[in-house]
Amino acid sequence: MSFVQVIFYLFAVMMLVAALRVITVRNPVHAALFLVLTFICTSVLWLMLEAEFLAIVLVLVYVGAVMVLFLFVVMLLNINIESLREGFVQYVPVGILIALALFVQMIIIVGPNHFGLQDSVLTIGPNYFAQKNFAYPAPAAAEYSNTEMLGRAIFTDYLYPFEIAAVILLVAIIAAISLALRKRTDTKRQNPAQQIQVRKQDRLRIVKMEAEE
Amino acid sequence: MFAISLAHYLTLAAALFAIGIAGIFINRKNAIVLLMSIELMLLAVNINFVAFSHFLQDSAGQIFVFFILTVAAAEAAIGLAILVVLFRSHRSINVSDLNELKK
Repeated sequence: MSFVQVIFYLFAVMMLVAALRVITVRNPVHAALFLVLTFICTSVLWLMLEAEFLAIVLVLVYVGAVMVLFLFVVMLLNINIESLREGFVQYVPVGILIALALFVQMIIIVGPNHFGLQDSVLTIGPNYFAQKNFAYPAPAAAEYSNTEMLGRAIFTDYLYPFEIAAVILLVAIIAAISLALRKRTDTKRQNPAQQIQVRKQDRLRIVKMEAEE
Repeated sequence: MFAISLAHYLTLAAALFAIGIAGIFINRKNAIVLLMSIELMLLAVNINFVAFSHFLQDSAGQIFVFFILTVAAAEAAIGLAILVVLFRSHRSINVSDLNELKK
């Protein structure tokens, strides 16, 4: 077994075990931490596929931002775990059955018969796949930069989708803030805007009266 | 030398996707773990994209993953914000408590 295979199987098994723990573990905090492990193992696999930029982005954006957000929310909410586990045992057989059926169906399509290293034997469907031989591509040259390639493509051919993605992120920011923001009326909070708008006649009354002897 | 075929990656992604589906079935009360299962399924799809991009030597797959990551991050942010609002009004994130529209 070559070194590459050892790395692949090590991280693939670790990823699947971590993913299984995500859905079976009792405490949501542990589930979030196992999801982090799943993402990190995936990023190693992406490094093996020469997608270096995406591997780093997966760790930075997913582990660094999204999963921290998950952990933040899980710890913020005072969750009654027991009531959420109701029916867990009851649904396990259904879940396993459907997952297995789905997995077998997908393997029939994407398994080694059609996407192995030998010539493809897929005859139905587009001819594209029938003609392709999914041999392992040659390693990229030393001066090849995955980040530069992605940058060139994004800022030329995919500029419009890139800007739409930016707008989607803007919409997500506004939506998340407007959903979670609330005005509390039960606190004695000062309102600086009202404070600086006060004029002299609102607060001070000058009474003219005769001097007393 | 390199004995890892495209089918290895596709099988791995299929297994991850199936785990995500199973997670949705067995954790149907817990909204947070439901969101995590959706993240698992999105990750499986992304693995497929990256694997095909590498084996076909086509960068379009990686660019698509880039956009999927963007949309998934937006989805997670909005989903968690909805969960926070939900918890504030119901004091629970149990999916079976959300039946106002049925009443």
